[in-house]
Amino acid sequence: MPPPLLDVRNLSVHFGTREGPLRALRDVSLSVAPGETFGLAGESGSGKTTLGYAILRALARNARVTSGEIRFEGRDLLGLGGAEIRRIRGRRIAMVYQDPKSALNPTMTVGRQIAEVLEIHERQPARGARARAHELLELVNISDPASAARRYPHQLSGGMQQRVVIAMALAGGPSLLILDEPTTGLDVTTQAQVLMSIGDLRRRVGAAILYISHDLAVIAQVADRVGVLYAGELVEVAPTARLFAHRAHPYTRGLLEALPDLDGTSGLTPIEGRSPRLTEIPTGCVFAARCDFAEAACSVAPVPLVDVANGARVRCLRWQAVLATPRRAVAVARTSADAARDTPLLEVEHVRKYFGGSTALARRLGLGTRPVRAVDDVSFDVRRDETMALVGESGCGKTTLGRLAVRLLRPTAGHVRFFAPKPTDAQIVFQHPDSSLNPMKRVGRSLGRPLVLLGVPRRERRRRVEELLESVRLDASYVDRLPRELSGGEKQRVAIARAVAMSPRFVVLDEPVSALDVSTQASIVRLLMRLRRALRASYLMISHDLSLVRHIADRVGVMYLGRLVELGTVEDVFHPPSHPYTRALLSAVPRVGPRGSLAVIRLEGGVPSAQNPPAGCRFHTRCPDRIGRICEETEPPLRRVSATHWIACHIPVDELREKP
Amino acid sequence: MKFESLAFLVGGVALVLVLALTVLAPWVAPYVPTDQHVLDRLKPPSGRFLLGTDQYGRDLLSRTLVGGRAALVLGVGAVLLGLSLGVPIGLTAGYFGGRLDDVVMRLVDAMLAFPALLLALLIITALGASTGHALLAIGVANVPGIARIVRSVTLSLREAEFVLAAGARGEGHLYVMFGEIFPNVLPSVVVEATIRIGFAILAGASLSFLGLGVQPPQADWGVMIREARQYAFESSWPMVAPGVALGVTIIAFNLFGDGLRDRLGAA
Repeated sequence: MPPPLLDVRNLSVHFGTREGPLRALRDVSLSVAPGETFGLAGESGSGKTTLGYAILRALARNARVTSGEIRFEGRDLLGLGGAEIRRIRGRRIAMVYQDPKSALNPTMTVGRQIAEVLEIHERQPARGARARAHELLELVNISDPASAARRYPHQLSGGMQQRVVIAMALAGGPSLLILDEPTTGLDVTTQAQVLMSIGDLRRRVGAAILYISHDLAVIAQVADRVGVLYAGELVEVAPTARLFAHRAHPYTRGLLEALPDLDGTSGLTPIEGRSPRLTEIPTGCVFAARCDFAEAACSVAPVPLVDVANGARVRCLRWQAVLATPRRAVAVARTSADAARDTPLLEVEHVRKYFGGSTALARRLGLGTRPVRAVDDVSFDVRRDETMALVGESGCGKTTLGRLAVRLLRPTAGHVRFFAPKPTDAQIVFQHPDSSLNPMKRVGRSLGRPLVLLGVPRRERRRRVEELLESVRLDASYVDRLPRELSGGEKQRVAIARAVAMSPRFVVLDEPVSALDVSTQASIVRLLMRLRRALRASYLMISHDLSLVRHIADRVGVMYLGRLVELGTVEDVFHPPSHPYTRALLSAVPRVGPRGSLAVIRLEGGVPSAQNPPAGCRFHTRCPDRIGRICEETEPPLRRVSATHWIACHIPVDELREKP
Repeated sequence: MKFESLAFLVGGVALVLVLALTVLAPWVAPYVPTDQHVLDRLKPPSGRFLLGTDQYGRDLLSRTLVGGRAALVLGVGAVLLGLSLGVPIGLTAGYFGGRLDDVVMRLVDAMLAFPALLLALLIITALGASTGHALLAIGVANVPGIARIVRSVTLSLREAEFVLAAGARGEGHLYVMFGEIFPNVLPSVVVEATIRIGFAILAGASLSFLGLGVQPPQADWGVMIREARQYAFESSWPMVAPGVALGVTIIAFNLFGDGLRDRLGAA
């Protein structure tokens, strides 16, 4: 084995806080070989980003490296002076962060920005820098670099922006690239493009990559070796194939069992409990409190990292038992078939919702702008006692449709009919735990308010609030807490309890778990499914996570640019997929296991503007299967292809079904 | 200690001191502020008169202490008046948005375009000079600024998920505005009001200086400076004492307000 490019040895980093030292990283050792991609997986608070910053020597001012060393190209980075570290940053080591928008200067063309890096770091003359900038853009799979270089960041899609940022990071010719959640927040299709570019980079540039992510499936796709961080400790390191086949640490095992798979056969098993507070680290194994395998010995003394097999190490006393225990199968019960499910609860008929656009006068004067057609003639229904899902890339109109369904928005045209006694029988749970609760109100008041509206007498309210908390598995002590004192998952539980307080018959779930950690996701999803049965309610679930939808939805609608392109039961739509767009979406989903027979379909370009959607089939500009003029000129209607299945595509359904 | 925390501390201590001295003025002041010691006119500071005396032989320390009451009542009162109008206006405009917001905000802009002191002068000219009218004038002049800030914070919260959730469970507009949005606007309002009190005191003193606010012989910093101006060449003490008091008070409110902004995380 060649000497490692990056060698982190026994690194510990503490942050000084009011409650004493916060021990963000403890005794972390890992190495990255030249040209290797090392995936660092961990949930929020695991210390993965801290490690990235520590390598760049860019830690916050209250951070202190208490022990260890970081050797890079044979030198200890921790011992270098300010001038020396600046020579390494950007040139030998470059970092890319999650949000490309904040990494790019909105007032400069992207070509200029890359050239600037070259002029500063490489002291290249402007002319050579421009040519090199185009080369770099080409390296990250941007097909027309010259035209892309002339654009401003806002004129590029999110995936293009992130690739530009990566190109910029490559400008200094680094031997190590640190990518911190580079595809989080991107659509699956866009994520697939970026991941593909990152994969190609390894071949073409030969730089080593430290890939930091919370998403194990993404890491499985890009990394050669994987390290799993939990609460500041590296609990398992192994070559990728080995880790996913033989998970030796209970935490890794838990993470993989929490992750829903696309086949609907495994996942959504929550890891109970929460990470330890980093100011109060337990003596023994940090995971012991949440571990199914824990025994008395686990909590006595720190657990060392031991060798399991060639290149695989684990920090667990019971790893043999973990390896020997078979995987658990999925146990989320979907709705059982039921006669009640043919009765509609909500009917959406030819609904359109346009935003903005000018007045008639402005249009006549030629100053008009077109409205954004967020939802453009959509019809479907949600039946009693079912979970209906809407999927699609961002900007397809699924969120708008959800808000129309609970009457937070009025349709521009069409009807939304809700067959329940009261309008408030329709409730909504939102995506962002941070903004779904009023930050100035204690939990008890947030939950008490719906009860006031329902006319529950004052003396009963406290008891009912406690019941509501109990129904989302929180104890009565939460009544007096403020939202900022809760974790993301706890906030989401309170938000769910607030919606449940109205005893709704219908709940719109707008990406209810996408801002949460995988292990938390699983428990919230289970909670939601349990509550649905208890309330005998219907859900309209809006999600970009196809695996999750595969697990919990009964029926699913696929949206593209304001339209439904496919509608049917989960089996109809996913198993196997037939519409070209649905197939592209599914093939873009990163997965941990083997990919099966599904070919990878790369969608070119981004979603066109909803102000000016393409004529004919809206998907024809990106469709890999388009059959000719008819696609460009005639909009395909949503045709019924079986009792439960509708497809909008010009290609005959038999041909669609035969595609690989 | 960081500079910001130090400034906050200094501002806070100064503010407590000013408030305590002003509230306790009648008991702390060594003399009755309107008593004239005819034999001791325009005296420099001495053991008997710690800050000296004015042209009528009145004790400057006593007058400065008591004069602070008028200034604070005017400043705080005017800002409270500004809040009582500006907060509802800003909340309504920001929450409903659309045409209503356009109309209300253009009116507010028109008022902002008018120099505040000029506006105050106009109101007083129409109503006559008195402490009450000065308070009214400065209060009204504060409305547009407060309305703008409240509106902008409201606007940023209007689409917040907890506000949408309130709509989904059928809450009325008044509850959403005052029960959900207002508590989140409050920190910004408190900060803004604190800083505005300083400026309102200055505006009040300016009006009194022009003879349009507090009327002599009542002790007030503006009135004191106005009267001392004619004797500025004989003794500077009658001008310096209320001037410094005014300056310290305004700076104290400002430092405290800025520090509050950092602590409350207000916009």
